[in-house]
Order: sequence, then structure tokens, then C-alpha cells
Amino acid sequence: MINFKKFILDNGLRVIVHEDHSTPMAMVNVLYDVGAKDEDPEQTGFAHLFEHLMFGGSLHIPSYDEPLQIAGGQNNAFTTDDLTNYYCQVPAKNLETAFWLESDRMLSLAFSEESLEVQRKVVCEEFKEHYINKPYGNAWHLIRELSFQIHPYRWMTIGKELSHIEKARMEDVKSFFKKHYNPMNAILAIGGHVTFDQVETLAKKWFGNIPPGEKYIRHLPEEPEQKEARKKEVYEEVPLNALYKTWHIPGRMDQGYYAIDLISEILSGGNSSRLYESLVKKKKLFSSISCYHFGNVEPGLISIEGKLVPGVKMQDAENAVEEELDLLKSHLLEDQELQKVKNKTESITVFEDMSIMSRATNLSFYELMGNANLMNKELEKYQSINIDHILESAQKTFKEENSNTLYYFKK
Amino acid sequence: MPSLNRMVAPEITDPIDFDLTLQPYQSYTLDNNVPVYSIHAGTQEVVQVEWVFDAGNWQEEKKLVAAATNFMLKNGTSQLNAFSINQKFEFYGAFLSVQCHIETASITLFCLHKYAALLIPVVAEILTNSIFPEDELKTFRQIQIQKLKVNLEKCDFVANRMIDAYLYGENHPYGSMSGLDAYEALIREDLQTFFHRYYLNGHCQIFVSGIIPKSMDHLLNHSFGQLPLNQQELPKKEHFKKAEKEKKHRIIQDEKGVQAAIRMARSFPNKHHPDFPKATVLNNILGGFFGSRLMANIREEKGYTYGIYSYFKNYFAESEWLISTEAGREVSEATIIEIHKELEKLKQEPVGEDELYLVRNQLMGSLLSRLDGPFEIMSRWKNYILNGLDIQYFNQSIEVIKTISSQELQELANKYFSGDPFYELTVI
Repeated sequence: MINFKKFILDNGLRVIVHEDHSTPMAMVNVLYDVGAKDEDPEQTGFAHLFEHLMFGGSLHIPSYDEPLQIAGGQNNAFTTDDLTNYYCQVPAKNLETAFWLESDRMLSLAFSEESLEVQRKVVCEEFKEHYINKPYGNAWHLIRELSFQIHPYRWMTIGKELSHIEKARMEDVKSFFKKHYNPMNAILAIGGHVTFDQVETLAKKWFGNIPPGEKYIRHLPEEPEQKEARKKEVYEEVPLNALYKTWHIPGRMDQGYYAIDLISEILSGGNSSRLYESLVKKKKLFSSISCYHFGNVEPGLISIEGKLVPGVKMQDAENAVEEELDLLKSHLLEDQELQKVKNKTESITVFEDMSIMSRATNLSFYELMGNANLMNKELEKYQSINIDHILESAQKTFKEENSNTLYYFKK
Repeated sequence: MPSLNRMVAPEITDPIDFDLTLQPYQSYTLDNNVPVYSIHAGTQEVVQVEWVFDAGNWQEEKKLVAAATNFMLKNGTSQLNAFSINQKFEFYGAFLSVQCHIETASITLFCLHKYAALLIPVVAEILTNSIFPEDELKTFRQIQIQKLKVNLEKCDFVANRMIDAYLYGENHPYGSMSGLDAYEALIREDLQTFFHRYYLNGHCQIFVSGIIPKSMDHLLNHSFGQLPLNQQELPKKEHFKKAEKEKKHRIIQDEKGVQAAIRMARSFPNKHHPDFPKATVLNNILGGFFGSRLMANIREEKGYTYGIYSYFKNYFAESEWLISTEAGREVSEATIIEIHKELEKLKQEPVGEDELYLVRNQLMGSLLSRLDGPFEIMSRWKNYILNGLDIQYFNQSIEVIKTISSQELQELANKYFSGDPFYELTVI
């Protein structure tokens, strides 16, 4: 149970306070309700590029990092399909430094041309490092385009292509800031060795007079229900053939999410999981295989990807995967197997909650989903899943017409 | 409401004025003299137990035997097959991880503390009855060969291996490089012999942290206190360095590669040397954190890379000082020139007071955050204990952060950066 209190400033900024006096640190987390899904299809990668620009100086403070480092703090940020999250950790005594820095960049960036110029290059190098210069680096780019026809999950957070990032202009940066970076579209969560009164005073002082901005109302194109299986094959300079498959699944807050999450654990959570035991160990068709999803807010994908043992035919490998899925669709699992994945979920939660950073980020995320207290309801939701739910979910998800398959062949 | 002056930073307490302490560990020995170190702390009901053996690749006679033995511990005992072993831990949401390092190898159990009593005996079963089934070894070999094939396509992976090999020679444990043939050559008897010598009759230390159940002492003694551990002296292994003569290397393995993995490295004394804590501060200025000189120049000013860092790899006998980045192919040589400029600048000019003040505070703040939580505290103690250090090292490191002068830093830069001591490698 994670305790917290919440208040809302007059400008609409939601503030969550989580006291934990066992640590000497304080965590300040600022979540902005904007992700890669909010990008223009001709300007992909922008939300993430923007995240970099948030460190290029703000209206009154030329450097974000230096004063934070002097106060003994550390920070980082990440961008996903759904949101952008900034966190900084400071010795609790220097909490106010984080308020000063975060509030000034919410008020306004410095919009330095030089910073834009440099960060465009840095992000292009990041793109190359992870998605061009690595074997299989483009796989998810291909599989997303295959799986989504119109929904913005079609492109990667890093962007569809380097040219989109290279073309980013200052006027785009300014309008993006105006649209998404304001109190109405942000959530502030403070955790650690702090008190509610202290946070309330500091929040009012530093964030209270930032103009509220306009609430961004999202109108994402809805992905039509997939009616026919899609397949694609590519030949690349890689050492091993690989198989990627995806199926559409419900969004993060849908009741159906929990069964899907447990299914991914049943299939590939650990070395006693089904895919590993059957396809890697017993049948020796794959040298590695995994099943996962990204926990996307909007309806997203569950995926299975594996690298084939040399000499194994793609069709045989795929058939073996389908057999495992058929098993899940035709037989109720044993209670013990369900208990195992529930136990693991409980355990992961407890371990995650050791970190004050993880607690502050999660509180912000659940607040974005409607209410920070949803964080405390998660385990109950997992507990309520029974073997019938798993069977139904598997039957509904792993249908041929709902599937996308990428055959990734070595040249 | 008085108007707010956003130009002025709020007052802070300088982290250099913090009084940092490291929570002391409790220790005792099992009936067979195996030492147990424990840190009881934290707020979550979890526990971590780590068994550390002198069973790293320093001890092996043949490449990969230490790593394979360590990995295969989870793959079958006379009572349980691999699936059953994994199932036992995974059913309780626990995680059993095995790691093989250079001088040591370990087994680590992470679990909710309510399950510790059920799972610790399973670890004992692994440590006493592992049988290294032939079929499992075959699967291991095949999986590892394929992983290696994929990794060999990555310029960063190749660069990491090569730079160590230049410094120490590819047959020295610190520079050890193994190819596909080393996996092919692994046989079951190698693993059984290594297991018998370095685990079953080996030298073991146990580190426990988290909210520790009261029964832990008894549990450990019951399961491990009667085993033939820590009874015999282990054979002393000697290895000789064979550094490459040529220091500059350029490798192109992918004509179409768009980035170069750049590595520069030199050897450096181990943590017992009085220069080590000082060099930690110098390293921080050079490339140890986001605000470092390398990052400010090469990422934040020139945009040549997504990130660049310098750091130490610590071994028992010595350390390795490395600079590492992936930079755009067309700017990789320019990147190396800039790295050399930064090294030269540290030799020529004293670090300014403002920068030193920032770095002192940053180091202290980051240390404070890294002392937060039972696993972090234990991880620091484990490092000290395995390296034969004590609380003095911790206190002295802090003293150095607080007091080291610009002059000392400049002297250090001249001592260690003069005469082109760095090996230099790019892999495209």
C-alpha cells in the first residue's frame, strides 16, 4: 500500500505527495501528458526530441543540470508512445532546487537555436546507435508499420526516419511546447523525505503562478479491427533467422489487460515458462524466445519474438509457436500455473516499490490514468483473474485474423 | 504575494557538508567457518542472499569453464531437472541469478522474505548435487554460440572485447576473449571438475540484506554450515599480462556501419593505491557523469554522440581506466581528437574552483543516493570485503572528495595522462 495525498493548484496542476522518511532523498517527478502518439505523422520522433530540448535551458535559468548537480541531485527523462516523464532526485534538504528548476522549464524554455541544432545531432546518433547500427534494429519499425494501419503506434518513439528529426524547426518546437507543456497537461509527484505542508507551500510558490494553458484534448485515429492476417518478409545482414508475431490487445486500463499481462508471463516469464521450456529446451527450435507487451495506454500489441536455431525452417518454428498458443486456447491451465504468475506479479510489485523513484513515477502514471490510487488496486485486479479469463483472453487474442507476422531472414 | 525572483537559485545545503555514514554490517560464521555478512534494513518485505565463490575465470584452466559451470548450476541436480529448479523459484515469485566474474562467481537469491525458508534449501541442493547434464550442456553451447554470433555483429561488443585484450592479452583473465571454438570445446568433465574444486569444496562468503527473517542464521547454518566449504586452501593461480605493442587500432568490420565504437583504455592501480580515491574525482571531471567535460564537449556542444563516459573497471590486482562512446562514423576521428584535447587540458590547466565545487557536491549527492536501501549498502560492503578493504576506505574516499585540491588533480593528470598511455580503438 503506497500512501499519498493529492491536491490541485488553481492553474490545474495536479500534485501528489508521498512521504517516506526512511530515505534521506526526495524525488520530484513531472509527467507531461504527451507522447509519440500525439505527433504529426510527418514529424515523428518529435516528442522525444523535445524531451532532449527540455535540458537546454529555461526562461530564467541558462543551465538545468549545473544547479541540480551543485545541489547533489541527479535527473533523467524518458519518452514513450503515451507520455513524457522527467524525474530528479535530490538530497531532501535541497528539495527546493528541484522545484525551482522544474517550474521554470514548465513556465517557458529558452528556445535556444544552438540547443536545437546540437540535440538534433545527438538524437540522430541515438537513432543510429539503437536502430540502425544493431542487428535486428529495424525489426520493430517494420512490425509496427505492419500491425497498425492508421493509429500513431505505427511509428517508433525515436521516430519513423532520421529526416523527420533533421527537419525539426524552432517554430515547431515552440508550438509543441505551448500545446503540451503546461500545468493543465502535467502531473507533479513528490516522494521521499518530505512533508505534505512543505510540498504544498513549495508547489504554490514555484508552480502556482504559471499560466494554466489549455487542456489538450486528444483525437487519435482509431485503428480499425483487423480482419485478415498480415505477413511480411525481409532479408537482412543478420546471423540468424528471426520470427516476430504480434496480436492486437486492449489498452492499459481495460479489464482485459490483466489476463493478457498474465498470459505473457505464462508464455515467457522465466525459464520455467512454456515457450522456453517447450521451444528452446525440448524441441530446440529457437535459441531465444520471448513474449511481451509495452503496457500501452491505447489498445496495443502483444508480441512473440524468437531467433531460430540454424537449420530450422521458418514454417516449422512458426507452427510450433501456434501449437503452444492452441494449447492455451483449448485447455484450461492448472491453478498452480496461474498461482505462479500471480505470485510473480506480487513479487515484482514489492521489489519495484523498493525504489522511491519507481513509486513517484508510478503514482504519476496512475494519476494520468485517472487516479493515483489505482496503483494500490492493481494486485487485486490480478488476483481476480481466473483460469476461465485466461482461456477467453487467449481465444480472443490469438486469432489468425488478428495476427501480424514478420519473417526476418538472414541474407 | 511577494513577487518571485526566478533568476536566483534557492538556498541549498552543500552536499560536501553532509555527514555520510555507511551502516555497519553484522557478521558471524557458520559451523564450517563460512562467513556471513548481513545488513538488516529497508521497508519492503524482501531479502537478498548472495553466495560468492572464488570461482571466476581467474581460476579456470580452459576458457569458459568458469562461466559455463556457473550458468549450468541452474540446470539440473541429482534430484531436480532444470525445469523443476526454475519452477521452484519462479512459483514463489523469486529470482535466482547466477553471475560469473573475473575473480569470483556468485549465486543470488531475491525473494519475498516469507519464502526464504522454503528456497534456501533449494540453493543448497544446487550447490551440493549439481550434475551438469550432457543434454543441457549441448543446449547451453548452442544458445551461447548463437548469442555470440549476434553480438559479434555489434561494434560496441567487439570493441569492448578487443580493448581489454590489447591491455592484458587475450589469454589473461582480464582480457580474455573467447570465440565460437571455445564453446565447442567445452566438455562435461571440465565443468564437473571445476564444480568439485571451486564450489563443492570451494571458498564461499555469504551476503544477506533486506528485512532479514529471524530464522536466517539457523537456516543458513542448517543448509550450508555442514558442507565441506572453506576447508582447504585453493590452488594459487598466476597469470601474466601480455599487452599489445601497438596502441592505436582501427577496425572496420561492417562497411555499411554508420557509427564507430570508440574505446580508450589504460591500466591503473587497484583500490589499495592511494591515488585511487583521487583518481575517482579526476575521472568524474573527465567523463564520470552527465556534466563531465567529455559529455559537455562531445555531446552537448558538438553533438557527435548520444553519450560518452569514462570509468574504472576494478579487478582485485589492478584496474582499467576506460573512455567509451559510440560516435557518428564521419566524426569518429574528430571525437578522438577532442578526447585527447580534454586529457591535455587536465594536464595543462588547474580545474577551476567553481567546477571543483560542483563536482564535489555532485559526488557527495550521488553517494548519498547510492547508500539508500539495503541492497545498495550491502553491494558497497561486498565490494570492500572482497577487495580486502574496510570502513577506512569509505571514510577516506569522502575525505578526498571534500579536500582534494586543483593542484593535486593536475599532478594526477600529469602522472597518468602523460606519454600517450591510452590504447585507442575504433570499431565500425
